[in-house]
Amino acid sequence: MLGILNRPIVVTADINLNFVALAGMGLLSRLWRLTYPRAVVFDEVYYGQYISFYMKRIFFLDGSGPPLGHMLLALGGYLGGFDGNFLWNRIGAEYSNNVPVWSLRLLPALSGAFSVPMAYQIVSELSFSHCAAMGAALLILIENALITQSRLILLESVLIFCNLLAVLSYLKFSNSQKHSPFSLSWWFWLILTGVACSCAVGIKYTGVFTYLLLLSVAAVQAWHVIGDQTLSSVCVFCHLVARAVALLVIPVIMYLLFFYVHLILLYRSGPHDQIMSSAFQASLEGGLARITQGQPLEVAYGSQVTLRNVFGKPMPCWLHSHQNTYPMIYENGRGSSHQQQVTCYPFKDVNNWWIVKDPGRHQLVVNNPLKPVRHGDIVQLVHGLTTRFLNTHDVAAPVSPHSQEVSCYIDYNISMPVQNLWRLDIINRETDTDIWKTILSEVRFVHVNTSAILKLSGAHLPDWGFRQLEVVGEKLSRGYHESMVWNVEEHRYGESQEQKERELELHSPTQADISRNLSFMARFSELQWRMLTLKSDDSEHKYSSTPLEWVTLDTNIIYWLHPRTSAQIHLLGNLVIWASASLATLVYVLLFCWYLLRRRRNVCDLPEDCWLRWVLAGSLCGGGWAVNYLPFFLMEKTLFLYHYLPALTFQIILLPVVMQHVRDHLCRSQLQRNVFSALIVAWYSTACHVFNTLRPLTYGDKSLSASELKALRWKDSWDILIRKH
Amino acid sequence: MLCATGPLLATGAETTLPAQPRVRGSALRCRRRELHFPGDPELPFCDFLAWRLTRPSVPPGRRATLRRGRMPPVVGGGLAGSELRPRRGRCVPPAARAAGRAAAAEDAARSPKRPAGGSRRFEVAGGWALLALVTLLSFATRFYRLDQPPHICWDETHFGKMGSYYINRTFFFDVHPPLGKFCAFLGSWLIPFAYLTVWELSKSFPAALVTAALLIFDTGCLTLSQYILLDPILMFFIMAAMLSMVKYNSCADRPFSAPWWFWLSLTGISLAAAIGVKFVGLFIILQVGLNTISELWHLFGDLSLSLVTVGKHLTARVLCLIALPLALYTATFAVHFMVLNKSGPGDGFFSSAFQARLSGNNLHNASFPEHLAYGSVITVKNLRMASGYLHSHRHLYPEGIGARQQQVTTYLHKDYNNLWIIKKHNTNSDPLDPSLPVEFVRHGDIIRLEHKETSRNLHSHYHEAPLTRKHYQVTGYGINGTGDSNDFWRIEVVNRKFGNRIKVLRSRIRLIHLVTGCVLGSSGKSLPKWGWEQLEVTCTPFLKETLNSIWNVEDHFNPKLPNISLDVLKPSFPEILLESHMVMIRGNNGLKPKDSDFTSKPWHWPINYQGLRFSGINDTDFRVYLLGNPVVWWLNLLSIVLYLLLGGIITFALQRGVHLPAEVEGLSQVLLRGGGQVLLGWMLHYFPFFLMGRILYFHHYFPAMLFSCMLTGILWDTLLRLCAWCLASSSLARGIHAVGILSLLLGTAYSFYLFHPLAYGMVGPSAQSPQSPMAGLRWLESWDF
Repeated sequence: MLGILNRPIVVTADINLNFVALAGMGLLSRLWRLTYPRAVVFDEVYYGQYISFYMKRIFFLDGSGPPLGHMLLALGGYLGGFDGNFLWNRIGAEYSNNVPVWSLRLLPALSGAFSVPMAYQIVSELSFSHCAAMGAALLILIENALITQSRLILLESVLIFCNLLAVLSYLKFSNSQKHSPFSLSWWFWLILTGVACSCAVGIKYTGVFTYLLLLSVAAVQAWHVIGDQTLSSVCVFCHLVARAVALLVIPVIMYLLFFYVHLILLYRSGPHDQIMSSAFQASLEGGLARITQGQPLEVAYGSQVTLRNVFGKPMPCWLHSHQNTYPMIYENGRGSSHQQQVTCYPFKDVNNWWIVKDPGRHQLVVNNPLKPVRHGDIVQLVHGLTTRFLNTHDVAAPVSPHSQEVSCYIDYNISMPVQNLWRLDIINRETDTDIWKTILSEVRFVHVNTSAILKLSGAHLPDWGFRQLEVVGEKLSRGYHESMVWNVEEHRYGESQEQKERELELHSPTQADISRNLSFMARFSELQWRMLTLKSDDSEHKYSSTPLEWVTLDTNIIYWLHPRTSAQIHLLGNLVIWASASLATLVYVLLFCWYLLRRRRNVCDLPEDCWLRWVLAGSLCGGGWAVNYLPFFLMEKTLFLYHYLPALTFQIILLPVVMQHVRDHLCRSQLQRNVFSALIVAWYSTACHVFNTLRPLTYGDKSLSASELKALRWKDSWDILIRKH
Repeated sequence: MLCATGPLLATGAETTLPAQPRVRGSALRCRRRELHFPGDPELPFCDFLAWRLTRPSVPPGRRATLRRGRMPPVVGGGLAGSELRPRRGRCVPPAARAAGRAAAAEDAARSPKRPAGGSRRFEVAGGWALLALVTLLSFATRFYRLDQPPHICWDETHFGKMGSYYINRTFFFDVHPPLGKFCAFLGSWLIPFAYLTVWELSKSFPAALVTAALLIFDTGCLTLSQYILLDPILMFFIMAAMLSMVKYNSCADRPFSAPWWFWLSLTGISLAAAIGVKFVGLFIILQVGLNTISELWHLFGDLSLSLVTVGKHLTARVLCLIALPLALYTATFAVHFMVLNKSGPGDGFFSSAFQARLSGNNLHNASFPEHLAYGSVITVKNLRMASGYLHSHRHLYPEGIGARQQQVTTYLHKDYNNLWIIKKHNTNSDPLDPSLPVEFVRHGDIIRLEHKETSRNLHSHYHEAPLTRKHYQVTGYGINGTGDSNDFWRIEVVNRKFGNRIKVLRSRIRLIHLVTGCVLGSSGKSLPKWGWEQLEVTCTPFLKETLNSIWNVEDHFNPKLPNISLDVLKPSFPEILLESHMVMIRGNNGLKPKDSDFTSKPWHWPINYQGLRFSGINDTDFRVYLLGNPVVWWLNLLSIVLYLLLGGIITFALQRGVHLPAEVEGLSQVLLRGGGQVLLGWMLHYFPFFLMGRILYFHHYFPAMLFSCMLTGILWDTLLRLCAWCLASSSLARGIHAVGILSLLLGTAYSFYLFHPLAYGMVGPSAQSPQSPMAGLRWLESWDF
């Protein structure tokens, strides 16, 4: 007890002043005049609307990425007390006073600032010299494009930060693997790797590339652990399990957690409701839930229902009919049955109501006791307002002539018999005697006479069909397709015997008292699926570019122009750094191949530990560049210069590594080394000069004259705005 | 007994075991040795016979001692170079081994063993007999009922038509007889090829036999081979390439020998043929490439070889696997272009220069005035391939789509409505008036383009284009050439280097709208019905230089100017080659599925989720349904999973430094090397489809399916042998391998008997109804036969 008191309490602090200085410079460069310009800059217009949705707790769907990034930005807004009341509609619009610009932009700026010391740490963990590490950090510090991107409400800098953090913690982990496995710091860095990876994936899907890279590096190292026969089998097993938990299980849990928080935060219905399924909509406050809350669950004979198509493309719609008939002869000369039109209508309407009728009974009301409809039952569907029966027959459909026409039957007393029996087929049933449930059941209607299936063809009818969507009977049904599946959205038990009363009943809102909640996993999987399949219109953008233009910086993006002066902000890189980073990557690849071939012939130019270091640096930094860059060649979406920034960061870190290698191993004499060092200093001052020259376009703080702007247009392909007065 | 070979007797001399078990053990020995030496070409057949004819009855305990006591049968002189050798020698001191070998050599020299010679002959004969049997069966199944159904099925319309284009275009094309038999012929060869490949990889007849049976009895493969499609031809060449690659790999110990050269160059030829049939052939090229790289890597690391030798190896491969296929591939295209030298319906897809070489095309041997002048009548072609001519017609844009003015589109075919008159922007005088001097159009001039048939001017304004967002609409406007300032366009030549005039065909021009500053372009999207499905023309405000917004003048009529011949324009062969490839790739990418279509997804394929209806829909029709034999396919699927498990366990054990018994070692080498190669083939032929945006069909999986069957053969043979080895001490072991293989063979044969109507055609009600002959066979709801 007293033994503790015998010794003095000593705290030894080890402060690397390099690190502190770099962090300070990073903060200075990223946070300086952060609230300027006080206007919407470029993609802030896009992220801003989601921040507003978070503030107002309104559900939205964004196909561009998982929710973590948006949530982090919204956190800034929350801390700054933003109420979400701002109309994000135009780039360049002035922010009103209620928008806390500083706190909104703070998080990306901090991530950008801390990327600088992070680069320093990574290079030192790769066991290269402190000079090289400083070089990497200083290069990141003066990279104009990175500065621009981190000073605004954008996500790239946060993504880059997470990428670097993942790489750094993996390096720390693998360094402590050598001397103290299963120590506290070993666990800390291992788990931090997993967490950082999952954050990167959670911010943008492109984060998955870095994650995969780290996974494969970890797999290779684990393979060596397996091959290490000094370790016991139990020990190897523990190593593998620890890695699997930290790098596979934890990221998955974290990813689910992001969605969990996202769905907890957004509980109100909003503009993107329609894309989601009825069940999902019913789980949000307001919107559909207001209508469906308390509906009876089980559909019975005599139920009044609206039927929504599950596929919902080209737009969500409900099975619909109206008084108008199909035209006798179509434009192309084909004939029709001239019976009442059945369509799919994308708006709520009283004509969307149908009554489920028992073919063996005449009444259109529910019995007492209720007789629920089960899977495999034969039903008739009666259109509520016109009381005509849903029918299909061997007549070509108006727009898709290979399918059958669906109509509401009118008896013209010609040889066209009534064929209005449908067999109910519940797709997501658990047993074969399942009951048809509101919202939850996904059903198909199989025509009894022709075994055609009721289907939304997706085509628009011509003017005579009021441009509503065509509904057909699909005879050649090849397997399951969502366009053939329907679910009941609104539902009530019909009670009026007379047509007049029934019309009144149909017009009145539904009411009852059951509420249904979807489980989190069901909501998550639906949301994730919709996000991945959401088609963004691939309209070309004025500043979109192709991956080939990125390496040589042949393109730039104008982010903002001052409304009166010619002060402007561009996404424009430091040309010297871009060129030399690409050159360094090339040199690395050539040297690597050369060494590899010579090693294969048993000529070892490098000592073994030096070679391993060289390979690890290349596989993390060079590999990081490759995995973050090459996949863009395969992507079909609209690409912008800022997509290259994560790859660029890795490339920049590789640059001092290659330089140090050249100096240490390729320069033979001391004189050569000194000359090379001098060249590096000269080169770095050129880079600083370029940074300084482009600074007005990075911060947008200085209005340049037309001739100055012209002088900055170093490449013909750069767009720089010059005001004509 | 039949397997007793010289070396065996030689070993006998040094062992102390009594004579009786020794002779008995001989059959066992063969079997075991085969496990040891996967590189030896002769011995496995012993095993096959052993497996087939006799299993000597030795008490289990005895056998164990036998195995242990006579572990190192390292005597065969011809086995040098086998990698496993050092390991095998583990149990015997080198001196004894050397002595044994010497004795063996002596023995062999003294008297070539009669029984050995006999057995070898027998083996070879048996091997050939099996191969012949397999080939016969495959031909029989493929040619049986080849003439049914006597009408065109599915894609046959497509490929049949192409065939008829080759045959003179006038020749009446008779569907089945010559071409159908040719396809079935090629399809039948797949099975012997697969058989030989597996044998070469595993040196095991049962494995090869299982593979062959799976393929013979697969209804999908059978159906595909019976129709005039490209797939049997493609699969033939893929398998030929695979086989010859494996063969030349097995000649690796005799580099630069005649067979080595033969198989190497045959690989190259098959590769060229495979890619020449379909672009899917690219995957087998990838596989051969990877194999070659790893081979070269090994050679390079072999320090006993000088760099010159490695260089020779490299050169040989470059010659046979790159230069030769490339030459052949180019040659096929040369023939293609030579045969098809007449104008046809595909002309509009190609550039003006390309068309100039087609006889019958109006550009062939044509002569036009060289420089563009005011008053000339011209057609303007978009430079983007397969985009067409600037076109207008007397139909207006429908209500609600921009301004209700005359449509302007691009049209792929030649038509009067493609003609435009080039005029000065400010005067409407007829420039063709003979009293006026000729005035040439120059780079940067402001012009007006008047549509010849309707006398409306090419016009644009701030209305959104019909399909492309953010682009402006282009219309025809004005009456008799009088419009407004929105009709003015500045004509510019791209990369103008010298001269001011604009040349026909050769100048690449851009038309820039004067008022809005946008550039005339074709978006390449087809308009809906109101636009006759012609392609949209827009004015794009994005000034990026893309082929969409670059045009050239094609036809040019001006009576006041002298004509020059255009023969100078004829493109060189490389240019033609490049252009036709670009058009093909574009065409391939253009096959995009529509949203509402039922498309086949790659994940459907290995689980045999859905077939493809080849012909017939109704109950009374003669129906053929392309669907794999589910037993075969699901077995394949299971085998892949098992393979991954087993391979994973073995590699893990090896990495942990576990010392495997020599027999398991040999088996695992077969599994990892041979199986790995086949698995790579399966992955290369399957996974890329997940990345493809084009429309996909079930039959795209069949090349991968071939590899999958080979993997199944290798896996089950090895697995059963491993089982037999594990259970060696119990009585079960005796027949487990034989029984296993036999049940696999019989099982697939029986399932083929069940499912054969899918391929040979079925009539009657569909399988849903209980009266159908296929009732009860609809194991998945998604099958609809």
